[in-house]
Amino acid sequence: MVVTPQGNHMTPVKPPSGAAGAVATTATSPLTKKDGKLAKVRRGTPTRSAAARRRDLPVALLLIIPSVVGFLIFYAYPTFRGIYLSFTDFHVLSPPNWVGLANLREMIHDDVFWHSLWVTVYFVILSVVFGTLVSLVTAVVLHRVTRSSALRGVILLPFLISNVIAALVWQWMLDPQLGIIDMALQHLTGHSIDFFGSGNWAIPALAAISVWKWMGYYALLIFAGLQTIPPTIYEAGRVDGAGEWQMFRRLTVPLLRPILVMVVVLTVINSFQVFDIVQVTTKGGPANASNVLQMYIYNKAFSQFDFGYAATMSLALFALLIAVTFTQLRLARANESDLN
Amino acid sequence: MAVTLAPTRNGQRPSSPSRSRKLSPGRIVAWTYLAVVVVITLFPFYWILRTALSNNYLLASHPSSPLPVGFTWGAFERALGIASPAQAQAQGGSGASLDIPLYLRNSVIYATSQTVLIVLFSSAGAYAFSRLHWRGRNLVFNVLISALMVPGVFMLLPNFVLIKDLGLTDTFGGLILPGGLFQAFTLFFLRQFMLGLSSEIEEAAIIDGAGPVRIFFRIVLPMSSAPIATVSLLMFVNAWNDYFWPLLVTSSQNVQPLTLALGVFKQSSPTAAPDWAGLMAAALIAALPMLLLFLAFGKRIVNSIGFSGIK
Repeated sequence: MVVTPQGNHMTPVKPPSGAAGAVATTATSPLTKKDGKLAKVRRGTPTRSAAARRRDLPVALLLIIPSVVGFLIFYAYPTFRGIYLSFTDFHVLSPPNWVGLANLREMIHDDVFWHSLWVTVYFVILSVVFGTLVSLVTAVVLHRVTRSSALRGVILLPFLISNVIAALVWQWMLDPQLGIIDMALQHLTGHSIDFFGSGNWAIPALAAISVWKWMGYYALLIFAGLQTIPPTIYEAGRVDGAGEWQMFRRLTVPLLRPILVMVVVLTVINSFQVFDIVQVTTKGGPANASNVLQMYIYNKAFSQFDFGYAATMSLALFALLIAVTFTQLRLARANESDLN
Repeated sequence: MAVTLAPTRNGQRPSSPSRSRKLSPGRIVAWTYLAVVVVITLFPFYWILRTALSNNYLLASHPSSPLPVGFTWGAFERALGIASPAQAQAQGGSGASLDIPLYLRNSVIYATSQTVLIVLFSSAGAYAFSRLHWRGRNLVFNVLISALMVPGVFMLLPNFVLIKDLGLTDTFGGLILPGGLFQAFTLFFLRQFMLGLSSEIEEAAIIDGAGPVRIFFRIVLPMSSAPIATVSLLMFVNAWNDYFWPLLVTSSQNVQPLTLALGVFKQSSPTAAPDWAGLMAAALIAALPMLLLFLAFGKRIVNSIGFSGIK
C-alpha cells in the first residue's frame, strides 16, 4: 500500500521489451537526479555481454523459486480464494456452496456488523488522533533537546514486546480492585472505574494500550523524518524572527507532511486490524461494546464456523482499507514534499 | 521516499537546530515532558517485575505498595511449573501446571526457523532481483511486491483453510511456512540495499571466473551483512510476538508458542482472584528474550526504524 507512491523510485528502468532491449535499456534509461544511486550501480553493466545475461537467467530463476512459490501459494492463491469464498456458504467440513450475493445481503442487514464497524472506527479515530499527536510532540521535543539514542531506545521498548503482554500488564494496572492506576484514581477522585467491564471505557482503554505500544515506533519514524530537514531552514526562520511555535507550525509540520501522512496511514491500517489486545482483555465484551470487526470475523469463523460470511466481512474490511488509504494519500498529496 | 534514506544519515548531521544549551524555561518544559513520557513507557515494565516478585495472596492487602509484597520467587516457580500444586495454591496460584519450558521451546523453534528461512530466501531473491540481469526481472519483482497491498488480515482465513487442506494444522510446518517462504517487506528491504552495492568487486570476481552463485555467497552476502542482521532482528521480533496466526493454526501445547500460553495461563487461573503474580512472571519470561535482544542490539533496532517505516 505505502509502496505505491514509490513505484517510480523502485523501477527506474522499464523491463526490456525487444530482443535487443536487454542491453539497450540500461544504457539509454533516462536517469533522474533521484536515481543517481542506481545510475552508479549500472554504469559497469552495459559492458557485460548478452552471453553473461543468458548465463544469469537459470541461476536467477533458481534463486527466486522460494519467493515465487511462497507468493503464489500463500499470497496470490489465498487472496483470490478469499474473494471466491465470500460468495459462498462454507463451513470448512463440506465444500463451499456458491450463494452469490447472499452473504453481502446478510451483512448489510446485520446490526452486529454495523455496530462492530462503528466500534472499530471509534478505536481507529482515538488511536490515530492521540497516537499521531503524542508521537509528533515526542519526536519534535526529542529532536530539539537531545541526540541520545539511549533515550530513543527507551521509548521504543513497548514496540518490542508482544501485544499480549502489553494487554495483560495494562489490564492488571487497570484492574478495578487491585490495579495501581485504579488505586490512584480512587485516591484522587474517590471512585473507581472498571475499564474493561464498562461499555463506555472499554474502547478508550484499548486505544490507550495501543497508543502506548506504538507511540515510540511512530515517534522514531517522525524523528528520522526530522533529521532530513536541513538545519539551515530553521536558521533562516530564526533570522526572519520566527518564534518556536511559529517554526513548528510553519516549517516543521509542512516539511514533515509526507512522513506524517505515512504515520497516519500506517496507524489507520494497523488499528483497523486490531485483534490481539481485544482477544486477551475483553473478548469483544461487555455486550459487544468492544466487538471490533476483526473480533467479530474471528468469532463468526471459529466459533460459528460460518467461513463464507466471515470471508465476506474480511473482503469488506479489505475494500474499506484500500478506500481509506487512497483517500488519505490523495487528500494529503503524500508524494510531494515541500523540501524539493 | 525520504524516510528510506534516513538511517544512513543518522548521527551525521553536523548541528542540531537547538538554539542554546542554556537551561531556558522552554528546555525545562521539554525535559519535563520527556521525563513523563519515559515514566509512562517504563512503569508497566517495572510493575510486571514488582508483581512477579510478590506473593499473590498478599498483593490483595497491599495493592499500591511500590515494592514487591512478601518478596518471593514463587510466581516464577509457578510459571515454570516447578512449584508443587500445594505450594502454588498456598501462594494464590491455581495449582494447574503450565509447561512454560515447552512453550518456550516452541517459540524458539517458530521464531528461529521462520527468521532463518525468510532471510535466506529473501536474500537469494533480492540478489536475483538486483545483481543478476534477466528479462522480465522488474516485472516479476513488481508482481511480488504487490503483496504489500493486501492486508495480512484478509489472507488469514483463506490461508487457514489452505493449511487445513494441506493437513498441516497444529504442525510447525503450518505455523512457519506461510511467513517463511516469502514476505514482500524483507525482499524489498534487501533488494533496495543490494541495488546500491558497488559493482567493481563483482566485476573483478567475474574476470577471475566466478559464477553468479559463487558471487552471491562470497561477495554479495558478506557485503550485505548489516541489513541482513537488521532484517533478521525485525523478523525474529515479529515472529516471537505473533499471536493471531498461531491462534488459528495451532491447538496443542506441543506447537503453541508462548504468546498463546499466556492466554491459557490467564484462563486457568480463577477469575474471582486471578493469579496476577504468576501471570506477570510468565509475561516477564516471555518478554525476556526481546529485552535481551534490545540490550544487545538496541542501537541497530533504533536506526532500522527509519527504513522499516515503509512496511
